Amino acid sequence: MDVKAIFYKIIFVIFVVLITSFFLLPILWLVAAPFSAQATLRVTIPSVVTVKNFCAIFRNTFAVRALFLNSILIAGGTMFGVTLFATLAAYAISRLNIRGRDIFAYLLVLFSSVVTGTAAMVPVFLLLYYLKLIDSYLGVIFVLIGGLLPTGIFLMRDFVESLPKSYEESALVSGAHPWQVFRDVAIPILRPGMMVLAVWAFVQAWGDFLIPLIVIRSPSKMPAPVAIYSFYTEGGTPVLTLISAYSLLYAIPVVILYLLVNWRYGFRFFGGIKGGGK
Amino acid sequence: MKRRDYVSILPRSVAFAFLAPAVLFLATFLIFPVIWVLVISFTNTALTGPAGTSPSFVGVSNFSQLFNFARWMRLGEFGNALVNTVIFVLGSALLGQVPLGLAIAMLFHKRRGLSRELVFSLATMAWILPGVAVAFAWIAFLDKDFGNLNAILSVFGISKIDWYFDFPLYSIILFNVWRGTAFSMLLFSAALGNIPPSFWETADVIGASAWQRFRDIIFPLIRPNLFTALILVTLWTFNVFTPYLITGGGPLYRSETVSMYTYRIAFKFLEFGRGAAVAVIMMSINFILATIYLSLQRRRSLYGR
Repeated sequence: MDVKAIFYKIIFVIFVVLITSFFLLPILWLVAAPFSAQATLRVTIPSVVTVKNFCAIFRNTFAVRALFLNSILIAGGTMFGVTLFATLAAYAISRLNIRGRDIFAYLLVLFSSVVTGTAAMVPVFLLLYYLKLIDSYLGVIFVLIGGLLPTGIFLMRDFVESLPKSYEESALVSGAHPWQVFRDVAIPILRPGMMVLAVWAFVQAWGDFLIPLIVIRSPSKMPAPVAIYSFYTEGGTPVLTLISAYSLLYAIPVVILYLLVNWRYGFRFFGGIKGGGK
Repeated sequence: MKRRDYVSILPRSVAFAFLAPAVLFLATFLIFPVIWVLVISFTNTALTGPAGTSPSFVGVSNFSQLFNFARWMRLGEFGNALVNTVIFVLGSALLGQVPLGLAIAMLFHKRRGLSRELVFSLATMAWILPGVAVAFAWIAFLDKDFGNLNAILSVFGISKIDWYFDFPLYSIILFNVWRGTAFSMLLFSAALGNIPPSFWETADVIGASAWQRFRDIIFPLIRPNLFTALILVTLWTFNVFTPYLITGGGPLYRSETVSMYTYRIAFKFLEFGRGAAVAVIMMSINFILATIYLSLQRRRSLYGR
């Protein structure tokens, strides 16, 4: 190796170390603090590894219910709705010869980019209020489905467009009903796409904080990201042992799903999609 | 056009039945709210007090309150939040995420192996982990006495910095660069992968320098993606709420962005009229950004890219 190549190699290594530290250091606390008996904001390798904090969480029925019932209900319900409705809609848009398909797609992107975040929550909250859906799982799930559907339809459209029509046409010729064609021909081929969509919708709903914060009122219905803010002492100081352990438990499903998708399909870009949620 | 293009796999009635649930949700939770928020912004709607039972029309007073230039730059007012948002978006999206994402994508363009896997996985984790969990980790990271950041800086002889009190806006900018770089990284990485290999071979043959390769091959070919990234990242950063979990907009509203301001007015003060007025302004800005994005996309498809 000549001098120039060595020089470039060193620059490269320095850059990689810097980038890795930048992305790794801020979340080290999340993996270290939960296993320390006296968690502080300091990141240390705990001298005695303890699972006491996790035991404390599993004894706390409110915390367990938030994570293992409420969060799963909300994320699962959203996942189911988004996957079903987006697949049906994307299939219909793709297989229907209709003018204005592109306009529909155009408006979909436009509205979903405009109606987002806290701005969208102002009218949506009032809407839920008049629909009597405040403080209900359904309220949260409906708003999440509404927010995720546009991106979901786009994601699914790519998969449906890549599906050759000849399979469906031959099924139609043999006398099958369009619904049967959809169920028995299209769905089995679209399954990988639906899996990706389902995982994406689950992760978006699982991580969302703003919607349940605004919509859910009673502690028994709070999902994990809202419930975690009750781990404070009466004086208002956070109980870091519980918060760190709970944060880790709450983050683990996302890590597992990421690894699963990465291993199964490779984590890549499906049409330039980032979930916005709301 | 070939005849078979007109063979419809779905009869219209079935297709509309398939579309119905999605259309119902989109109409209720996307289209209706836009119209309604406009109406509310001209009223004094609230959930409590006299206005709670019968909101009345107040004209443009919600808007004129927001743009009351005598006081709008005071901490906690709309102007302050707007200026903070501009700095936040410029710093974290335009100067942070997009250049950093491009740099990482270029660096690992033709490399495979452990270092690439490591950097890509960590950046993606930062992007997809739940906001609440990473917010607590960042509170710990930025802590004055125990935080990792100050611990590392002390190695270089830099004394303890109180990030939350002295640099709240820079703290959330740093956080947002960390949080969102993965999108630009993945986008540019895919774009670079689409550059035909013959371009690189030609560059090798003529012995082009790294800068020449960037200027003459990479930049012209990824320019459309660059604009896409800039617009989308600006749009998302403008609406992002997660930094609220780190600073709460504080101390004394010094890191309050427009999205946090909307939350405070509508959901803490429960002044929905005024909250709706801010929401209308936010949605108008979103509308402008989305229209630019869509016209860029359309021009791209015109050229077949």
